[in-house]
Amino acid sequence: MSTREAPPVAGSGASRTPPPGTNPDAAAGAPARRKPSKPHRVPFRARLRRDWPLLLMTLPGALVLFVFHYLPALGNVVAFQDYNPWAGDTPLQAFLGSEWIGFGNFENLFSSNAFWEAVWNTLSITAFQLVFFFPLPIALAILLNSVMSTRLRSFIQTIVYLPHFFSWVLVVTFFVQMLGGAGLLAQEMREAGFQPWNIMTNPDTFIILVTAESVWKDVGWGTIIFLAALSTIDTNLYEQSAVDGANRWRRLWHITLPGLRPVIVLLLILRLGDALSVGFEQFILQRDAVGRGAAEVLDTFVYYHAIATGDYGFGAAAGLFKAAVGLVLILAANKMAHLLGERGIYSKS
Amino acid sequence: MSVQLATKLRKPSGRPAWEEKPTPVGLAVKGLVLTGVVLAVIVPLWTVVVTSLSSRQTINEAGGLVMIPKGIDASAYVVIFSGGTVTRALWVSTLVTVGGTAISLVLTVLAAYGLSRPGSVGHRSLLFYFLLTFLIYPGLVPSYLVVTGLGLKDSLWALILPTAVSVFNLVVIRAFFQAIPQELLDSARIDGASELRILTRIVLPLSKAVIAVVGLFYAVGYWNTWFNALLYIDDNDKFPIQRILQSIVLQGQSPTFSGLPVGTSMPPTLAVKMAVVVVAVAPIAIVYPFIQRHFVKGVILGAIKG
Repeated sequence: MSTREAPPVAGSGASRTPPPGTNPDAAAGAPARRKPSKPHRVPFRARLRRDWPLLLMTLPGALVLFVFHYLPALGNVVAFQDYNPWAGDTPLQAFLGSEWIGFGNFENLFSSNAFWEAVWNTLSITAFQLVFFFPLPIALAILLNSVMSTRLRSFIQTIVYLPHFFSWVLVVTFFVQMLGGAGLLAQEMREAGFQPWNIMTNPDTFIILVTAESVWKDVGWGTIIFLAALSTIDTNLYEQSAVDGANRWRRLWHITLPGLRPVIVLLLILRLGDALSVGFEQFILQRDAVGRGAAEVLDTFVYYHAIATGDYGFGAAAGLFKAAVGLVLILAANKMAHLLGERGIYSKS
Repeated sequence: MSVQLATKLRKPSGRPAWEEKPTPVGLAVKGLVLTGVVLAVIVPLWTVVVTSLSSRQTINEAGGLVMIPKGIDASAYVVIFSGGTVTRALWVSTLVTVGGTAISLVLTVLAAYGLSRPGSVGHRSLLFYFLLTFLIYPGLVPSYLVVTGLGLKDSLWALILPTAVSVFNLVVIRAFFQAIPQELLDSARIDGASELRILTRIVLPLSKAVIAVVGLFYAVGYWNTWFNALLYIDDNDKFPIQRILQSIVLQGQSPTFSGLPVGTSMPPTLAVKMAVVVVAVAPIAIVYPFIQRHFVKGVILGAIKG
C-alpha cells in the first residue's frame, strides 16, 4: 500500500515516463521479459532509460571485482618481468620501472627442481584424495538416505555439516590436540603402555593426514548435493525392481548410482579442473611441522618464493602456470563430459 | 550407543512394504558407521570445551586433555577476556565480521537484483563479466601487489575488500530473486515505485531465508579469515582471532594479558589454549543451528545455476 503513495518522492528513477512514441514502461517491459527471444522490440535508449537503476546497482559489485579480481588477473604480466619491488615507491611505479625479460622467469621455473617437486606433491595429493575422499560423501549420503527416522537423520546432518564452517587453523588445531605428540590419542596410548606414534610431524604419512583432515572438515557438507540428487530419484523404480526380484545391492547398482551419475560427473569435472589446487591454508599451516619435502604444494611454492622471499616475477610465473593449466584442465574435462553424454557445466552459456 | 541407534534405525515407520527387512548385521554396521562419524565431530569439540573449563589439578590428573569434567573452573576465560592479545583479536574479528558481512551483503544483493532481469540493458554481457571470474584466476602475487599498491597493508580493509563480493553467493541470491513472481514487481512498477524501493520493500522481505544463508556464508568467511591476515597484517594489534589462535595454539607463543590484577595466579596454559579455541568456535556454533535448515536450499540452488 505504501508503494502507491511513494512515486512523487522516491519514484523519480524508473517511473519516469518514456518519451511519447515508445511504448509505456510496463506494457513493453513485461512481455519483453517473458519472451527473451525478442528483447530488441524496445529501442536501446528507451531500455537504457528504463534500466539505468539496475546498471547503477550492479556497478559497485562490478567495480570491486574489477579491482580485486580482474586487475590482479591482468597483473599476471609481472611474470614476464624481472619485477623489482624497490624500483619505485608503490607497486605500480615498481611495475613501470621493472625490466621486461620475456620468458626468463618461466625458464628458471621449469629448470627448478623445487617447482617440479611441488607439482608432483600437488598431483599426488589430488590423485590420493580422488580415490580416498571423493567417494566418501557419496557413501555417506546413501547411508544417511537409508535412515528412516527423519529426526535422527537431521540430527546427524546437523552434526556432520558443522566442521565445514571451521577455519583451517581450527581444523589443524583439533587434529594436533587429538592426534599430535601431546594429544589425546598419544596420552591414552602412553597410559595403556604403548609407544605413541606422531602422525602430525611424519612426512611419510602426511598425505594420509591431510586427506583425513579434509574428510573430517567436508565429508558431511559434501553429502548435501548427493542427498538432493537422491531425493529426485523416482521411488517407483525401486518398487518395481524390488517386485522383479532385485535385492538391495542390485537396486543400489542399477538405480541409485545411475541416478547420481550426473552429479558425480559434474563434481569430478570440477575436481579435475582444480587438480592443481589442493588447498592453501591447510598446507602453509603444517609445512613447518612436516617439512617442505612433503608439504610443498604449488600454492605454497608461490607464496614462499614470491611473498616471503621477494622474487615476485618468479612466483607470478608459477601462479600463471597454475592458472593456465587449470583453465585448460577444466575446459578439457567439460568437453570430455559432453562427449560422454553428460551435461557438464557450461552447456548453457 | 550403537545399540540405541540401531533400535532407532529399525523403526519400521517409513519403510515401504516391498523393501526387505534389514539384516541385523547391516543395521549394526550402519549404526556403527554413523555413530563413528558423529563422534568424530563431537569428541574433539567436547574435549576442548571440557579442558578449557578444567582446573590445574584436573588437567594434571588427566595428564593433559580432559574428557570427563570434574567441576567447572572458568579462570581461563576470565584471563583471556581481561584484556590483552586475545581480547583485542576478538574485537578485531568482530569488527571485520560485522562490517564485512554488511558490506558484502549490500554489494551482493544490489548486484544480484541488477542482474536478475533478462532483457535489461547490458544484461548478458554484465552477467558474463561476473561469471567469468569462475574461470579466470587472479593469482596470489598480482593480488598481493594490487592490495599493497592500494595502501591497504596493515589496514583491516585488506581483510574485507578482496573477498567482499562472492560470485557464488551472488548467483544463489539472483536465482532466488528470479523465482519471485514477476507480476508482483510489475504491479509495483506500474504504481511508480523505483527499483530501489521495489528491492527493499518487496523483494527483500520475500528473500529473508536466502539472505540469512548467504549472510552466514559471508560472516563465517570473515570470522575465519587467516591467510589474508598473514599476507597483509603485520601489526600485532590488528591480528584477527584466527591469527592469534595459530600463534598461541599451533606455534606455542604465550599470549599477553594486560588487565589482570597483580598477583593473580595464572590458570594452566592448556586451559587457556583451549579457551582460545572455544572462543574461536563459539560464534559459529551459536549462529549455525538457526540457519542450518535453510542451507540445503541455498547450496543446491547455487550448485544448479553455477
